[in-house]
Amino acid sequence: MAENKKMTLNNLPEEELFFGHKACPGCGGSLTLRLVMKVLGPNTFVVVPANCMSAVSFYYPAMNFGCNALASAFPCTAATMSGIEAAARAKKLEDYTVVGFAGDGGTADIGLQALSGAIDRNDRIIYICYDNEAYMNTGVQESGLTPFGAKTTTSPAGKVQHGKLTHKKNLFDIITAHGIPYAATASVGYPQDLINKVAKAKACQGTSFLHIMAPCPTGWSVPIDSTVSVAKEAVECGLWYLAEYENGEYKLNKDPKEFTPVGDYIRKQGRFKHLNEDEIREIERQRDATWVRIHEKW
Amino acid sequence: MSKKEFMSGDEAFAFGVKLAKPEVIAAYPITPQTIVVERLSDYVADGDLDSQYIHVESEHSAIMAALGSSAMGARTFTATSSQGLLYMAEGLPYVSGSRFPVVMMNANRATAVPWSIYNDHNDSMMFLNSGWIQVYVEDAQEALDMAIQAFRLAEDPRVMTPVMVNLDGFVLTHTYELVEIPDQELVDRFLPPYQTEHKMSLDAPKSVCIGVGPEYHMEFRYRQHHDFDHFPDVIREIDSEYREKFGRGYGVLSEQYRCEDAEAVLMTVGSITGSVREVVDDLRAEGIRVGVMKLRYLRPFPTEDILSLPESVKAIGVLDKNLSYGYEGTVYTNVNSALSRGNRRIPTKDYICGLGGRNISKENIRQIYLELLNPAAIQEGEKVSFVNLHLDQEVDKNG
Ligand SMILES: Cc1ncc(C[n+]2csc(CCOP(=O)(O)OP(=O)(O)O)c2C)c(N)n1
Ligand code: SF4
Ligand SMILES: [Mg+2]
Repeated sequence: MAENKKMTLNNLPEEELFFGHKACPGCGGSLTLRLVMKVLGPNTFVVVPANCMSAVSFYYPAMNFGCNALASAFPCTAATMSGIEAAARAKKLEDYTVVGFAGDGGTADIGLQALSGAIDRNDRIIYICYDNEAYMNTGVQESGLTPFGAKTTTSPAGKVQHGKLTHKKNLFDIITAHGIPYAATASVGYPQDLINKVAKAKACQGTSFLHIMAPCPTGWSVPIDSTVSVAKEAVECGLWYLAEYENGEYKLNKDPKEFTPVGDYIRKQGRFKHLNEDEIREIERQRDATWVRIHEKW
Repeated sequence: MSKKEFMSGDEAFAFGVKLAKPEVIAAYPITPQTIVVERLSDYVADGDLDSQYIHVESEHSAIMAALGSSAMGARTFTATSSQGLLYMAEGLPYVSGSRFPVVMMNANRATAVPWSIYNDHNDSMMFLNSGWIQVYVEDAQEALDMAIQAFRLAEDPRVMTPVMVNLDGFVLTHTYELVEIPDQELVDRFLPPYQTEHKMSLDAPKSVCIGVGPEYHMEFRYRQHHDFDHFPDVIREIDSEYREKFGRGYGVLSEQYRCEDAEAVLMTVGSITGSVREVVDDLRAEGIRVGVMKLRYLRPFPTEDILSLPESVKAIGVLDKNLSYGYEGTVYTNVNSALSRGNRRIPTKDYICGLGGRNISKENIRQIYLELLNPAAIQEGEKVSFVNLHLDQEVDKNG
């Protein structure tokens, strides 16, 4: 059975379930959706709240999902999924998946309450946060997951303020603190790792959560052919990590012995262009503190 | 065999919902609706109702979970009140625009600030423009009956529009009455399981709750608007079938009481109607020709019914338990618009009353009728007045 065979980049189904949409070239978010949908397959109910991915794919008359899909309101990806899941249970459906694709804003800011409620109920849904580190759909405003120092249209590189004032929210800890059955971080730079995690989430009998780093060339001011390499560099320099939380245990999927310089990652991106050496050191300090915590706690 | 039981409005409504067998319930507690969600939780927990009860963490999630469920073709119920209804605001046009037949019970309660848990209609009136059908019931029996009728109406293929059933907070939700409980078997025949093609399904996948640009948007709205034109016929059909099966009916969009040769008519919404009827009887006994018109549905609006009032009517008063601050009560606006559509020139006056649970006595109502019997004064005088207002009672700031 195809279901039981391990999915790899080489044997992914040909069938596209997210295609023909209007995302920008090199969009990490749409790459995420495309990959995830190949793993989940056509028997899937998709929820996408207001964000770039729904804006580029639910515009009448062109519909860009090859399966059931609902464009929901910004704050309630998880609640909408819970409703679908409850109805599927009531109708005794079998062999289906309910998945939601929310952005960083739709997850860590306005959607956190609904997400927390769904995890608490342990509804059998897969919640995916594709993280492009700002509100992109509305034209690049800061979110709780925008990193320290990044320039957005609401955290400008001004004379007295240099981009985002605070560090990225620790979303993974917020989610795992719920005691969720399965949670993982991933990146479009590591597609096989991502595929493995989606497959695990699909098999999970309760709520599962994936936090996927998905660079946005438009908002980050990086070349459109660098999405994957930038995503990789984020992991290599230690500003992003690949991890899992399963049955109460943390696991690092990649534990770099040495980090590449943060400056190299930062300097390539227009959104960080204004940062001075002190500010880059502050980013490194924060990164190191995160890794100390990871190594101590996990 | 049907039986009778003492029940509060909330309990009667919850029992009606149980009889309607929703497949999914998503609701969040708020006074004075709470008893409804408690009873439904009991029914589900005891296995008396086979339904998926989603214990949502907010009303926003309640309405959006209801959307998700209804989008799967499942019969879906939610309930709220006041602050909770306001918190649902985003979801209301979402559900109606995507034409999913969710049924909601709303316990009418004042909206903060000033905070108040007591009754008025400021909550639901804010959402007359939300695309939902709105019906207001008068007593616990009508509450139970309308719980059942609401699903039938919402899910009718000619309607496919969510229905909000409004019960006056405390006055109705917490008042006990003898209520006749219909037979489950009869209800099942009146309200068979919900079947629709308008849903997401594994056999026929589709995208729902879509975006529409300026080139098509108006056409979507035009259809949504004009579909309301035939709702009154469907409501009539459903109500007369209900009357046949259960021996009780409620008329259609409105109900007139002793309006035949009336000189003055008061328009009411909800539970106040009972007291007004009594005053009408008293005045009639004195030979004074007055009547009352209970507006049951506010969307669709009973325009034709209002225009059908007899020529004898020389003045119309509207009891508005709500206020659009700086202008007038919302029912008044709608009644005047109906009269103007039919080119009927009848002097009207708005009586703002019952805000935040303020009592309305039979004497208040009697005085209103007596005032309306002088149409010239109504024509000339202030159009918006406040009933039972005591400005002299305000707390003295200086202690
Ligand atoms: C209740 C509500 N508030 C605000 C908006 C406007 N809005 C739409 S998408 C969006 C930002 C989405 O950001 P994110 O979730 O990170 O997704 P992205 O667009 O970056 O893919 C905002 C603020 C909205 N649609 N609804
Ligand atoms: S702005 Fe960014 S996230 Fe949005 S479609 Fe373009 S590349 Fe993708
Ligand atoms: Mg974003």
